[in-house]
Amino acid sequence: MMKNKQRSEPVVPDVHKTIKAAFEAFDYESNNRVDVREIGTIIYSLGCFPTQADLHDKNSRDSPVQVEDQTGCINLEKFLPAMTKVLMEHKFPSVPEDLLLQAFEVLDKENKGYLEPEQLAKYMTQEGELFTQEEMDEMLTALADHENNRVYYKDLLNQWTIDPDM
Amino acid sequence: MGCGVSKSDQFHKAIRSAVLIQRWYRQYIARTEMKRRYTWHIFQSIEYSGEQAQIKLYNFLGYLMDNFTPASNERNLISHIFRENEVCRDAEWERYFCYKNIEVPEIYSGPHLTFPLTVEQAVGLVEAFRNKKQQLHSRYVLQLLLETWRQLRMLPNINRISTCQSKEITICGDLHGQLDDLLLIFYKNDMPSLENPYVFNGDFVDRGKDSIEILLILFSFLLVYPSEVHLNRGNHEDHIINLRYGFTKEVLTKYKLHGKRILKLLQKIFSWLPLATVIDQKVLVLHGGISDTTDLAILARVDRHNVTSRTARCKTSPIAISRTFNLQILDLLWSDPMTQDGCVPNEVRGGGCYWGPDVTEDFLNRHNLQLIIRSHECKQEGYEFCHNRKVLTLFSASNYYDVGSNRGAYVKLGPDLVPYLIQYQASSMIRELTVRQSAGRTERSALKVLREQVFAHKSDLLCAIKRFDRNNTGLVCVSDWASAVESVMHLGLPWRMLRSQLVPGKIHGGMIDYHEWFNELAIKGVNHIDQSLLETLYRHRSTLETIFRIVDYDNSGFISIEDFQQTWKLLSVYLKMEITDDTIADLIVTIDRNQDGSIDIEEFMEAFRLTDKKSRLERGRSMFMGTATDLTKLDGDPNI
Repeated sequence: MMKNKQRSEPVVPDVHKTIKAAFEAFDYESNNRVDVREIGTIIYSLGCFPTQADLHDKNSRDSPVQVEDQTGCINLEKFLPAMTKVLMEHKFPSVPEDLLLQAFEVLDKENKGYLEPEQLAKYMTQEGELFTQEEMDEMLTALADHENNRVYYKDLLNQWTIDPDM
Repeated sequence: MGCGVSKSDQFHKAIRSAVLIQRWYRQYIARTEMKRRYTWHIFQSIEYSGEQAQIKLYNFLGYLMDNFTPASNERNLISHIFRENEVCRDAEWERYFCYKNIEVPEIYSGPHLTFPLTVEQAVGLVEAFRNKKQQLHSRYVLQLLLETWRQLRMLPNINRISTCQSKEITICGDLHGQLDDLLLIFYKNDMPSLENPYVFNGDFVDRGKDSIEILLILFSFLLVYPSEVHLNRGNHEDHIINLRYGFTKEVLTKYKLHGKRILKLLQKIFSWLPLATVIDQKVLVLHGGISDTTDLAILARVDRHNVTSRTARCKTSPIAISRTFNLQILDLLWSDPMTQDGCVPNEVRGGGCYWGPDVTEDFLNRHNLQLIIRSHECKQEGYEFCHNRKVLTLFSASNYYDVGSNRGAYVKLGPDLVPYLIQYQASSMIRELTVRQSAGRTERSALKVLREQVFAHKSDLLCAIKRFDRNNTGLVCVSDWASAVESVMHLGLPWRMLRSQLVPGKIHGGMIDYHEWFNELAIKGVNHIDQSLLETLYRHRSTLETIFRIVDYDNSGFISIEDFQQTWKLLSVYLKMEITDDTIADLIVTIDRNQDGSIDIEEFMEAFRLTDKKSRLERGRSMFMGTATDLTKLDGDPNI
């Protein structure tokens, strides 16, 4: 009986190509190195949700964030196997949409269906993995309904789907 | 619920929620950033591959010139573009460019110029272009250009200026016909004046829709403030490049009656533009860059006006222009910096070189300089430092690839010679779009352009993909699809990432149905012409149009039937494909509708849907021209 190839099982060579493509977008000098500060963006764009702690974890052997010497760069050679493992093991799993909705609802204590920008800003910049002021400004510009000055979180969730092409 | 959810629980729940939201948002931003990068990459790849196509064309034409006898038809067709030694004295040129018999009719409501020009008139010109969107009458255009030509002939190859009396000098990079950006710079930084000197660093024309208006403004201020306004030549100040990248077309469209004369005069003006500017003997400003053989002392002595175009050949000129001098000028206008040490020929552009940090270091030491300011390359933030901050790239055309693609910048230098950069982005639409929306627009635009490119290579793609599908199942996996596409397109793009945007159909178990994909890519409308010929025309449409415009030696917009046939013969040799006489006869019948023995180039290109009027990448519609219905009113208007 033929076993159907499941789409959800990533194949290693394909995974390598995907990681390389993401890496190369930040490899400005074409020497297989990227600035360690860009690694977060690369990992996120590959569909993962690492925490800030994960992103700065240089001690764990499997961590994709192993800094190369004093130049502050990460080498593709080291990044590729570590990142492949991350993807194959689904190590930093994405947040399911319903959980995200619940998260917003927790913050929306009065159940209004939206959040005031100041409310959201307070949480984002004072709790958890703190946002910088710049990140906060950017988030509000992107997410807030400017006419009513509210963040309608349910609408946001519908619009952003993750590309399943992994 | 009311069952003992403690305050502490609630608090922790809130924190966990916040963390979730933060993480989710950062992920979203990262994906947006990734998309923005590959969108940029798409535009740049296509832009450079277009430049490469132009180089191939030059080389081909050069080959023809070198290998065909003087009497041959092919050579005659194109020899005029290489004819640089038109033995004519300036007096004869002045007669040809004479504007005095051009009358300005009563109904003309645009600016009237009197010479010598005053600052009020220059400012008036800017206002006329900004507010009333009026075109300057051709009589005044010619007069202004003549005065400019006279002025430029007095200037040295290298302008030497200083920031004395605490004046700050403002330097602007490429403008490429984007009038909005120039107006924005003047708004933020005031117009040129005795206290407000400017250097404009080349590439004023091509691609954007208002190149001629930019030139008229810059030249006006040059005439009013000759010691405070400085213009450097760019690689687009070249009449052959203008044939391809839209400036020639813009002038002929806006000035139907006198466009040819205007273009000829501009050809002379471009060749007389200075090559570089040096500020306080310490900062060098030039358009492209340098090479390991650049020597400012030599460049100061060259006859710069003998280099009218990149392909200039001076075989029959009595004044032998040394090949070395010519190459030195090309280096100045075409070179790009690279990160590695050394100096290698710039094959992407086809002129100039790539030069490294060691060359910069050596050059600055030899000439006792401290900084090179150049343009020539579009940068996301409008500027970029490299070579240990000794080279500054400055680009002043914002939204160059599309709305939201990049900012523009200009730099101010005071007596301390520390560069102070100001960025901007010109578009009333930008402010209303969120970051996400403007990135999305650019992305969609890039993808549209990419799809057109892909379509143009349909046959080759089919061949390449079929090689991965030996069993003829009609399906290939995504990896193989990506390999096939790259092997044909040679654009170095992340095809896997782009797959979902280029192949909109469903994927069947990780496999792409490529026949279905190809059926979706098709140019509709021109049924009786063979699809593969159509595809070839589409792929080479820029080249085709350029050849037409070269053959049309007097810039009339028309070529004769015989020349049309010759053009096809030329094209078939160049493309190494069979185009039979019958096919050509069919094309002629389709196009020469009024059967007057001549072909309208525009009509031809549009009949085959070879120009997309909304395509931003090649040329646009000027804000001075109306919509299609208004155009008929402008036809045959003798007043402009």
